[in-house]
Amino acid sequence: MFHYALRRLLNSIPLILGITFLTFLFIHMAPGDFLSGLRLNPQVSSATVKAYSAQFGLDKPLLQQYLIWLGNLLRGDLGYSFAYHAKVTDIIGPRALNTLLLSVVVIFITWSAAIPLAMAAALRPNGVLDRVLSFFSYICIATPVFIWAFLFLYLSMLTGWLPLGGMRSIDYEALSPAGRLCDLARHLIIPALVLALPSIAALQKIMKANLLEALTSSYVLGARARGLTPWRVIFIHALKNAANPMITIFGYQISGLLSGAALTEIITGWPGLGQMTLAAVQAQDIYLVMGTILAGSFLLVAGNLAADLMLAANDPRIRL
Amino acid sequence: MHRFCKHKPTLIALIVLAGFYLAALAAPFVAPYDYTADDVDHIWAPPSSVHLTHIHATTVSLDKYYRRVYTADPAQVLPLEFFVKGASYRLLGIVPCDRHLFGARGAKIFLLGADSRGRDIFSRLLFGGRISLSIGLVGAGLAFLIGIFVGSLAGYLGGRTDNLLMRLCEMLMMVPAFYLMLAMRASFPPSISSVQVYLLMIVIMSLIGWASIARVIRGMAISLRESEFVSAAQSMGLGTFYIIRRHIIPHTAAYTIAAVVLSIPDYILGEASLSLLGLGIQEPQASWGNMLTDAMGIVNIYLYPWILYPGLFIIVAVAAFNILGERLREVLDPKRP
Repeated sequence: MFHYALRRLLNSIPLILGITFLTFLFIHMAPGDFLSGLRLNPQVSSATVKAYSAQFGLDKPLLQQYLIWLGNLLRGDLGYSFAYHAKVTDIIGPRALNTLLLSVVVIFITWSAAIPLAMAAALRPNGVLDRVLSFFSYICIATPVFIWAFLFLYLSMLTGWLPLGGMRSIDYEALSPAGRLCDLARHLIIPALVLALPSIAALQKIMKANLLEALTSSYVLGARARGLTPWRVIFIHALKNAANPMITIFGYQISGLLSGAALTEIITGWPGLGQMTLAAVQAQDIYLVMGTILAGSFLLVAGNLAADLMLAANDPRIRL
Repeated sequence: MHRFCKHKPTLIALIVLAGFYLAALAAPFVAPYDYTADDVDHIWAPPSSVHLTHIHATTVSLDKYYRRVYTADPAQVLPLEFFVKGASYRLLGIVPCDRHLFGARGAKIFLLGADSRGRDIFSRLLFGGRISLSIGLVGAGLAFLIGIFVGSLAGYLGGRTDNLLMRLCEMLMMVPAFYLMLAMRASFPPSISSVQVYLLMIVIMSLIGWASIARVIRGMAISLRESEFVSAAQSMGLGTFYIIRRHIIPHTAAYTIAAVVLSIPDYILGEASLSLLGLGIQEPQASWGNMLTDAMGIVNIYLYPWILYPGLFIIVAVAAFNILGERLREVLDPKRP
């Protein structure tokens, strides 16, 4: 188990390096760089621009710039953001935490809603609940994330129940800790719902299929024949076996959320990694882009690793 | 085939999609106006009151706050004509023509309302559908071509090639797709032509998407490698590419067809997302994602709810493809893993 984990971990490192190098290439393929605005400005002398260029290391060849960045990374220094005039680590930290918070809440909502729904649907196949759920699932999955975002924001605008995006109200600092928590929760509802609805629909479908398969299997029949109560049969026998494929899905959901949340963050104004990446890319703020993509890849790879490890812990055959 | 068509939702999905694609193909004919035909007098016009044989002309006036007020005037009744003469265009790019499917002489007919520049949303939906729907097909097709080729090669050859190719696939699958798309798209100047943007988006999405397909095909190729007809072909001295082409790939068809259809919605949504952020298809070209940028200012949804129509069409197209793909999967591959 330990060897498997170590192997997977070592495999992930070249992966992340490859992704960052690709990104570095792409950012540099863009015409101009962060200082282009300064160069075009007649009031700024070319000597100043050259000095900035040397200071930020923009005049060195590509590979050298990448290696310098890598060297700094190993020392914990992610570089300096041109646009925000601050260290990248200081900017990315809180943003990554926000994205993580959103992802955790979404996963919590998804799983606590999908499992009971799937169980209810599996217990009465083709019943009313089952059919209604299937229909809504199709629509939920087919609706793109941004449409959900628009609809929810529109609803909230009409009713005034929820804030229209962002993460904190203006009077956040003046609230009590309980008040702050409430405020956070209110801001969290729309982005979380927007991301959770398609996940619930997809998860519930898979879970229901697995549960149905488990409920018609021979060990369940045997358990019922031995006289176990239906509740015991479902919770202890059927659910545990149906949950096996769910572990993989759980892991991949974590990683999928981190890249899928970007669009939702941008539309609802949730200050997370996705929003930061868009702004950084548009400003050609190289180190910030590298930092955000590094953070994104890292979280993604960590999620996949967690999924693989959970799977291996569950099923010893996979460790080989 | 018979089993496939018996399922009612599948039939409906098929008809709806066929309708979309045909309408998009014949867009200049079906649409009453061109996608750039803006009309300063009809900014944010609501959908015209259209009845089966006639329409009521809308009168524009300014209220006391100088806001536009559109009222349908029941006194002015104009006949709804078919095959009416309108702006000229080239059918299929070749044949010059100027008949449109429907129209009303003397008034603007906005089936689904107008946008912030007075352009007819229905016409833009048709022209935008050309781009959005075709990106789905071409993107999915390209990704699958690359994926099938690489996957079958890796699975059949095994050893070092397999290892190398699968590492590459893993790396691509681990990439946070959206972030990479942003970075890739932004690395090209914003002033490139719309055809180039179109091709670029297809290439970017396919280059990220082929990896997962290749993994599955490689798994299938590995198991097919051991079968008797492959051994027979090998003993006859047939070359690698011949065996892959004639024996291995046809056996993956069952999975492939369903998987292609199920992946088309991802490409449509990918294009819509990028265009929504302004990184995809640029104005004045229309695309379903592009048309939704006005909706980002939420007030617009309240004042002019018809700007969400492109979203409705996206939902319908994606749902239709999902239904179709799932049914294909059930019919073609009943014992799927």
